[in-house]
Amino acid sequence: MKKIYIYLTLTALIFSGACKKDSDFLDVPPKQIIPEETAFNDPALVLSVMADLYNRQRDFSSLDGYPNPDDNNNVVPGWRTMSDFNESFPSDGGGYDIVRRNQWEYNEWYVWDYNYIRDMNLFIERATAATQLSADDKKRFIAEARFLRANYYFELVKRMGGVPLITQSQQYNYDGNVTSLQVPRSKESEIYDFIIREADSIKTLLPKIDVTRDKSRATTGAVLAMQSRAALYAGSIAKYGAGTPTVSLPGAEVGIPAALAQGYYTKALAASQEIINGSAGSYALYKVLPDLSDNFAAIFLDKSTVNAEAILIEDFKVNSGKVHGFTVNNQPSSISDEGDDAGRINPSLNLVESFEKLDNTYAPLATKDAGGNPMYYTNELDIFAGRDARLAGTVLLPNTTFKGEKLDIWAGYVVADGSIVTSNDASITLALPGTSNKVQVVGQDGPINGVQLRTQSGFYIRKYLDPQVGSGRRGRQSDVAFIRYRYAEVLLNAAEAAFELNQPGVGLIYLNQVRERAGLVTPLTEITFDRIVHERKVELAFEGHTLFDMKRWRLAHVVWNGSQMSVASLTSNLGSATKASTQPYGLWPYKYYNPGNPNNGKWLFREVLPAAATGISRFRLGNYYSTISADILSANPKLVKQPNQ
Amino acid sequence: MKLKVHYIILLALVLGTVSCKKDNYEAPSVSLKGRLLYNGEEVGVEHNQVKLELYQSGFGKVGAIESTFAQDGTYSQILFDGQYKLLIPNGQGPFRWRENAAGSRDSLAVSLNGAQTLDLEVIPYYMVRNAVYTKTGTTLTSTFRIDKIITDANAKNIEYVALYVNKTQFVSATDQIASSGNVIGADILDPANMTLTATIPSITPTQNYVFARVGVKIVDVEDMVFSPLKKIEF
Repeated sequence: MKKIYIYLTLTALIFSGACKKDSDFLDVPPKQIIPEETAFNDPALVLSVMADLYNRQRDFSSLDGYPNPDDNNNVVPGWRTMSDFNESFPSDGGGYDIVRRNQWEYNEWYVWDYNYIRDMNLFIERATAATQLSADDKKRFIAEARFLRANYYFELVKRMGGVPLITQSQQYNYDGNVTSLQVPRSKESEIYDFIIREADSIKTLLPKIDVTRDKSRATTGAVLAMQSRAALYAGSIAKYGAGTPTVSLPGAEVGIPAALAQGYYTKALAASQEIINGSAGSYALYKVLPDLSDNFAAIFLDKSTVNAEAILIEDFKVNSGKVHGFTVNNQPSSISDEGDDAGRINPSLNLVESFEKLDNTYAPLATKDAGGNPMYYTNELDIFAGRDARLAGTVLLPNTTFKGEKLDIWAGYVVADGSIVTSNDASITLALPGTSNKVQVVGQDGPINGVQLRTQSGFYIRKYLDPQVGSGRRGRQSDVAFIRYRYAEVLLNAAEAAFELNQPGVGLIYLNQVRERAGLVTPLTEITFDRIVHERKVELAFEGHTLFDMKRWRLAHVVWNGSQMSVASLTSNLGSATKASTQPYGLWPYKYYNPGNPNNGKWLFREVLPAAATGISRFRLGNYYSTISADILSANPKLVKQPNQ
Repeated sequence: MKLKVHYIILLALVLGTVSCKKDNYEAPSVSLKGRLLYNGEEVGVEHNQVKLELYQSGFGKVGAIESTFAQDGTYSQILFDGQYKLLIPNGQGPFRWRENAAGSRDSLAVSLNGAQTLDLEVIPYYMVRNAVYTKTGTTLTSTFRIDKIITDANAKNIEYVALYVNKTQFVSATDQIASSGNVIGADILDPANMTLTATIPSITPTQNYVFARVGVKIVDVEDMVFSPLKKIEF
């Protein structure tokens, strides 16, 4: 009898358990994926989706890195491009290739990430369809995504010319016919038009300045800065493209008709002026520190609200996972926190000598007097005296201070008979002629030919180098931000656009503002094309502008023309936009040892081509627009090839 | 169950003979080679710069088999028999080649059935001819003539002319130990009678020969056209 109860209870239990509907039992919401209805109903979750989109923006000279196309597990350091173009010398074994090669590959700088574009299109569509978001949130998120999409198309058009313009997520309906998904390339001008049009329509939808003063999110200022740069690029391609008629395609996928130049320049000037006159928020040049060089370096270090120059940044944060090793890789060797990990980017003499003197004239660094005899300097820094303050703000010069330590940069002793006493490391001491005391004969920070991870040009980079304690450690790394758009560039854009529109007076005002901040207080009275090229070169060095500036002015094949350089050609024609720069030279300081001579103990300098720099840069006409890979061409037969492809 | 040894041996034999066939594809072995010619004359280019593409369709995605011309204008490829399309891409080479109606270069159908020599007739913008080299001391003098081949609406001007000297057989603007410097097109008075000189530097280790040739850079054309290579012994 008792057993019956037990059976009954069991049966009841089984039935009650099995009473659940199949769908309730089987449809378990996944725990590791947030479904899109959920994600797009909560502003915090939308923001984290947005963060991924921000993270995937592509900068030409970023501080962290971008995925290596050949190796998924690795990243290519984004700053590698800073050691290219003979503005600096790459002092690490893996980077020597940059100065050994004679040319860039046709597919160098190739970018084609339509997965990213699809994700941005999907984001816009999903955010538009979301029902639970507040109208303000929705408006801002959508505008931000449209900004990122336009900015990415800008990156594409700079490198590839006209690309397929896809602004809606594509859907495949499994009918075996993919022709509707194959979009032909737009004209180069159409992509620029798209960027400019998008900027016009989203600039009012975004906040002028973020409530938390977060400069890493898009604002009206960022949109206008992008518009100003894009319109300027389009204008100059239209104008200067006439100089390279073969860099064009019959369908105008590459090349912009000269007639459009005026319109683009007008747009560039208007967008810049909208920022300058304050209608996008109060932006201004950074003028905080009394020392102008420190002040210039601090533009890139100061993330506080005091910095009204940065318009849009890629931010990093120590201990958050988003950090970069720029300081680890490029700190001066003698004060490296990581033993040998240091000194990879060594600014070249080509760049250093282009910083002008305070009287607005150009002069090479004087290593020899008029008679060809060496010049002797009492202090190592004297040779750099009286120059544009941006020089010492961009480059760490010999015997300057970083993190409280003096840099020890000198290549050896020059003795009375002119021979050189030097060794392969500061720890290897040698006796000078006529003495028996062994002394240090080379600087701890270099330069020594072929010794990597310390300078081989005589200089270290200062821009972005983090002076915080611990910034050079691999475990901590650095959180210096990368500035994507800043006010000084907007001023230079305005100056150039005004110059091209035949308003030299307007251009001069903007140009002189940037120069005055750098200590060049005597205003220029004449604005020329050479001056504009020069100003962008020194103000925006290592910020990812060089290549695209040279491309849009169609000067790349002139400046990197594949001809050998000599000290004579290096030190002449300074300030000329067409000056060739095909090999990265260094400037090596030596101590003079000649007891009894009045110059004993003084410094002399020599222009030296680092031994590893065997290549001569040659920019071919086919480099103006990177080739589209065969894989993509055969997947979409509607794509036309690049001019030299 | 008893183990029957002869079955095992038989099985091993059968498997052994069946799997003896190589499972690799045969390597390509058919050679296709040729030269760049203008009326039978060599058209010199820069080593490894002028591209040549061969396409073979029918195997999924289409991608080019890429190669470049040697500096005397020769090319060679080892391929399989089959139908190919040969193309010198747009903008490559100091010459004009067959174009289609849209103004871009047209491909050439190549039917490969056994080794083949296929010379490519092109029309260079200029030719450097009759280059004669004389060496006195360390000075190398070259006299030559430049003939303008394309004179119609497609004609292009000379950007510069230069004499290049190198210690190896690869001689160009990038591979050189000495050059005459660039004589720009506007300074050329008589292209039919030109003289350029270069100073041969001392070479370590010492060698008693150098290679030289004259190159012409044409406005808006990426690649230079060169005279035939000359070995100068001394």
